[in-house]
Amino acid sequence: MDSTSKLKQVFADSLGLPLEQITDDLKYHSLPEWDSIAHMSLVAAIDDTFSITLSTDDVINLSSFAAAKEILTKYGVNF
Amino acid sequence: MIEDLFGYPPFSLKAAQKKPLFLEALTAVTQHHIANCPEYSKFAKAFCDPSNLTAVEDFPFLPVTVFKTNKLTSVNESAVIKILKSSGTTGQTPSAIYLDKLTSERQTKALAHIVQDFIGKERLPTIFVDTKAVFKDKESFSARGAGVLGFATFGKNHFYLLDEDMNMDIEGLLEFAEKYKNEPNLIFGFTYLVWLYLYKELTAKNIKLDLSNAILVHSGGWKKLIEQSVDNGTFKAHLKEQLSIKHVYNFYGMAEQVGSVFMECEEGNFHTSVFSDILIRDPANWQILPHGTQGIIEILSVLPHSYPGHILLTEDFGTIMGEDTCPCGRYGKYFRVAGRIPKAELRGCSDTAAV
Repeated sequence: MDSTSKLKQVFADSLGLPLEQITDDLKYHSLPEWDSIAHMSLVAAIDDTFSITLSTDDVINLSSFAAAKEILTKYGVNF
Repeated sequence: MIEDLFGYPPFSLKAAQKKPLFLEALTAVTQHHIANCPEYSKFAKAFCDPSNLTAVEDFPFLPVTVFKTNKLTSVNESAVIKILKSSGTTGQTPSAIYLDKLTSERQTKALAHIVQDFIGKERLPTIFVDTKAVFKDKESFSARGAGVLGFATFGKNHFYLLDEDMNMDIEGLLEFAEKYKNEPNLIFGFTYLVWLYLYKELTAKNIKLDLSNAILVHSGGWKKLIEQSVDNGTFKAHLKEQLSIKHVYNFYGMAEQVGSVFMECEEGNFHTSVFSDILIRDPANWQILPHGTQGIIEILSVLPHSYPGHILLTEDFGTIMGEDTCPCGRYGKYFRVAGRIPKAELRGCSDTAAV
């Protein structure tokens, strides 16, 4: 599975949303499903899936699906 | 403006540099609340001339209890993403604080800036001396829930010490302590819960742990502990003895001003950051008291956007010890908190500043 599909799956599982709703403009706090509690699960799942530890600043800046991709490239994940 | 303050390390500004920046941000926040919260506007205009505010001392201050009796918001109802309810002492009505996306994001970011100065930038394995049940209701949080959620940002591999019925997961705790004994880790909890579970229960069960790499951050008031004759020094000494915890940081904060918390430094002083300020007022006439004199604590924060809680008169007595000169090296005002004002003395303040 390529990184984009992998990340989409992580988002869908953590937020409890169908895959087709995971698009670049999906934003934090824009849907009830992506609230601050779901955000914690999402961050934990990203850490696990890509075997990384996001920094505190990146946890805060992870405010959309597009932002997540951008952040992950810093950790060597290619999209 | 407010966003500019995030560009500075939280304890890096001396008075002369901070003053104009903070005043500008505070003025903008105050104008926003005057324009968007009719009740606040009425109050502010009765209090002062809001177009002519030149010093933080002149800004109108609301008694913190006003959120118990009034629903005060400065945004449309549809913008509210969560409601924060203060724990409220037994028998008292809790405060309700309405948060929008902007306020919530500012709170998370400010808390991160402040706490990182004490624990570093890495996310650390974290023990919460609490239960996941604090998140049960997704729209409405307690102060405890907000605290746990805020600190979850700094944490990874979160471990909740308590189950829904407040029973301790001893096995999980021992596992955590073993797994992370050689790396920095974080413990977060409310002061009384930390004392009750991490110290008293473990001592009663005769369990000694090596948590020497742990940094404990706690908050929530000392009322119940003072009744048991436990002060800050006793608290630290016992946790060190039983669990080898060397780094313990208390912070002063409240549900009505989440995010811009006042962390206690290694010298035992609480610190203002670039996001906050503190004033001490004389309970007899509300005049500003000089450093070194005890009075009622007024707290100022530039973070609240969705509710007019940016300048609050607390129910606590405290003393400013100095500004920019704390031996810990952090700039800003530093202060001590003496405790709650006895109930009878409170009447004056709500009379004076009732909305």
